[in-house]
Amino acid sequence: MVTISSNLLFAAFILYLVATVFYGGSIKAKKDPNETKKTNKWGSIAVFLTIIGFISQLGYFITRWIAAGHAPVSNMFEFTTFFGMALVGAFIVIYFIYRSTLLGLFTMPIAILVIAYASMFTRDVTPLIPALQSYWLSIHVTTAAIGEAILAISFAAGLIYLVKAIDQTKSNKRTFWLEIVMFALVVVLGFVVVSTAFSAIGYQEKFTWVDKHGNEANLEYTMPALTGPHEGKLLTSDGFKPLVEMPALINAKKLNTVIWSFLAGFVLYGAIRLILRKRIAAALKPMVKNIKLDFVDEISYRSVLIGFPVFTLGALIFAMIWAQEAWSRFWGWDPKEVWALITWLFYAAFLHLRLSKGWHGEKSAWLAVIGFVIIMFNLVAVNLVIAGLHSYAGS
Amino acid sequence: MKDVKCECGHVNPHGTVLCEACGKILDEQETNKQLLDMRYEGSARRSQTYNKTMIDKVWNFFSSVKVGVWLIVITLIASIIGTILPQKMYIDLPPEVYYEQEYGTFGKLYYQLGFDNLYGSWWYLLLIALIGVSLVICSLDRVIPLYKALKAQRVTRHEGFLKRQRVFGVTQNADKSDLAILKQHLVQKHYHVREENGNLLAEKGRFSRWGPYVNHVGLIIVLFGGMLRFVPGMYVNENLWIREGETALVPETGEQFYLHNNQFILQHYDKNKNKKFEKALAKAGNVVKNYQSNVVLYKRTGEKIPGEKPKLEKVKEYKVRVNHPLTFEGYSVYQSSFRSEMNAMRFALTNKKTNQSYGELKINLREPKEKYDLGNGYSVEILNYFPDFEFGKDGEPTTKSRVPNNPAFVFRMYSPEKPKGETSFVAIRQTIEPFGNNTYKMAFRGIETKNVSGFVVRKDSSLWLVILGGILFMIGVVQGAYWNHRRIWVQNKNGEIWIAAHTNKNWYGLKRELEKVLEETNINMPEDQLQREETDKEGV
Repeated sequence: MVTISSNLLFAAFILYLVATVFYGGSIKAKKDPNETKKTNKWGSIAVFLTIIGFISQLGYFITRWIAAGHAPVSNMFEFTTFFGMALVGAFIVIYFIYRSTLLGLFTMPIAILVIAYASMFTRDVTPLIPALQSYWLSIHVTTAAIGEAILAISFAAGLIYLVKAIDQTKSNKRTFWLEIVMFALVVVLGFVVVSTAFSAIGYQEKFTWVDKHGNEANLEYTMPALTGPHEGKLLTSDGFKPLVEMPALINAKKLNTVIWSFLAGFVLYGAIRLILRKRIAAALKPMVKNIKLDFVDEISYRSVLIGFPVFTLGALIFAMIWAQEAWSRFWGWDPKEVWALITWLFYAAFLHLRLSKGWHGEKSAWLAVIGFVIIMFNLVAVNLVIAGLHSYAGS
Repeated sequence: MKDVKCECGHVNPHGTVLCEACGKILDEQETNKQLLDMRYEGSARRSQTYNKTMIDKVWNFFSSVKVGVWLIVITLIASIIGTILPQKMYIDLPPEVYYEQEYGTFGKLYYQLGFDNLYGSWWYLLLIALIGVSLVICSLDRVIPLYKALKAQRVTRHEGFLKRQRVFGVTQNADKSDLAILKQHLVQKHYHVREENGNLLAEKGRFSRWGPYVNHVGLIIVLFGGMLRFVPGMYVNENLWIREGETALVPETGEQFYLHNNQFILQHYDKNKNKKFEKALAKAGNVVKNYQSNVVLYKRTGEKIPGEKPKLEKVKEYKVRVNHPLTFEGYSVYQSSFRSEMNAMRFALTNKKTNQSYGELKINLREPKEKYDLGNGYSVEILNYFPDFEFGKDGEPTTKSRVPNNPAFVFRMYSPEKPKGETSFVAIRQTIEPFGNNTYKMAFRGIETKNVSGFVVRKDSSLWLVILGGILFMIGVVQGAYWNHRRIWVQNKNGEIWIAAHTNKNWYGLKRELEKVLEETNINMPEDQLQREETDKEGV
């Protein structure tokens, strides 16, 4: 069952990749700029592939649920994969409202990156600790993820807006920050590439080190250690000797992974720039020339409007009901709870700012980008860096 | 302050920008604009009209959305700061020690700034309270005039009003039959259509305009419910530890309820029984499957007499597990933790040379006996007992508490060879013979432990308010987000058909609906004037 499940996920991944190519084609093939309403053949194929991929991933989800005996949203791999699926699902829904294949061209790569990122974590079926043994696991986590996914669509739309609206002929703050966003996406790709590469060759090296309480412990690296642990002694004979030793307060292993991801990100980004001979955002600009700015602005705003209630329900209300049952209090200022509140406050501010005209358009698009950064921070950093009741995900 | 009478005859309150009835522009400044600002229908909001007294100024300050957004943003940033390091309630050391020890200078600074209890600090609570005030004033400032304006609107509208709508168009040669078809389509699309002198006003989804106010009321109720916690008696949150086999009074129940702990159960996942988790368990080691306390709830019957054991009546048996609290009369008892306590220690009186044992004794660490007779002339006396042993400041052994965390004994061992007895001080992994070399020793044979279940007892009398507020919030936010207030004005002006349309959001949807509605008629699709403006700017 687990094998079937993994295969379905892989199939979905490939289908999403192929679909992305077709979304690209659907933009290029559009000759008549007035013909914006009807999706062309390329676009239809792309949407069809997306839906098949989504069904395949749904198959992964259901079979894994059966195999594990609980909703597969209980660890980093499972949750992030589900988030990727929800992203695709949210796109499909928004597509049928607005019929924009360009949105697919921007959303699908993000979903693909999310799923690839998820696959870098352990894919074992994990048992549930007592606090997670509740039907609220499936209800709360899925609703919250769907809410976040719909909100993330506003990021994709915001990105389209910025790519179109920002003048790439002269460099300034706007072009710089937009390029930073592009670079961040490349860094995620870098993480996927280095993780896959080192795990493919089965790289590992072992250390003993001394933690901040003065206790000796073992540590295993799966990438060559650029930053070594505190008072670390390399046990693997042909292992890579750390370049710098970190103080005990800093998690040297995680920092090492981050550094490797950035290195790979820089290399990839450099290569892309060499090929394109311009900024990524500038290279994307011709693709967005046929879309109207206020149309994408509306998609972005609408996604927040649709996603906000779902997010509130899943990440705050269902969360509070479950917390009352499992932890005896509906609100306890656990970091994950606080970050759900922060996300909620942010989008509440977004919606209120939309009341004034000055915050439509480009400013609103930047806000959508920041919102996505907050969601990603909540997913990645809060689980992996800030310790709390929610950090079941491990390293 | 005088009311303003519009040329259409409607009397508007002072400060009105657009006539409530016909939409004529009453504020000179607005006439210069190409498009009308349709927020709150141009109604007379208190905050935009009065600015004299102190109350006006406070009202105006809090009625501003800008101020509200600032409050949200400040709260957001403060909340972020609180997640950098664990909060006080999640640490198990005294905060003055913990932060510096774990996070160095930064930790110390964090503690000194009071961020260890950020969410309970006066200034954080003040921020939340200010958001509450902003919610109330913002809502009141808008909802009443908006309600009045929407109620007073007439079908026939002023030309200036129609022209300055975002979606607007003129059709020269359309006839009555077109209007009839249009009206029929509008009704099919669930518009509420009003007719007046051949003019139409089609409106739907007005109730979505009330969504924000409904959700704000919900939020205020949630905040109020949270505030009630500070009222004594509304909120109970107590820890309760009960040893296996013992009964304890449930705190804050007016000495009504007693809980008996039959057994505490701790279960781990078994690699061999749970094949599907085999790989994960091999990596993670032990993973807990269940924390459970089998308990019996009792209720006291009759009066409580001091010094006498209360008479108890069994209410129910229950297995308290994580996610499955025991509930009764508004109280909930949660399985929250457990510990193992040393219950008894076993020793053997042993000859140090021959290593022969002359009998074993088991000491109950709660109620040790004074003397243990082992027969054949062997016996052991406990001269002194330290349940939680440490060396005091004067170097003498003392006990920290009465809980047997680190038991130590002063034994006097009697034997046929030493009828006067030998003294030995025995603590865990430590034996001192204060009067020289003994012949006998107390050889450690083992410990017996007993589990103690840790429960949390809660009662939250304001919970229903929080739930009510939550439900109202969800209703309001869905109402406001998933429905749109759309209006389409169709008017005869000098033989021309003027169409203007307005929606509070989702213009794309409105335009698509207009296309559908205008099908099979000779009326032109009106233009999106905002889009035209932008296209002009973009220069495409």
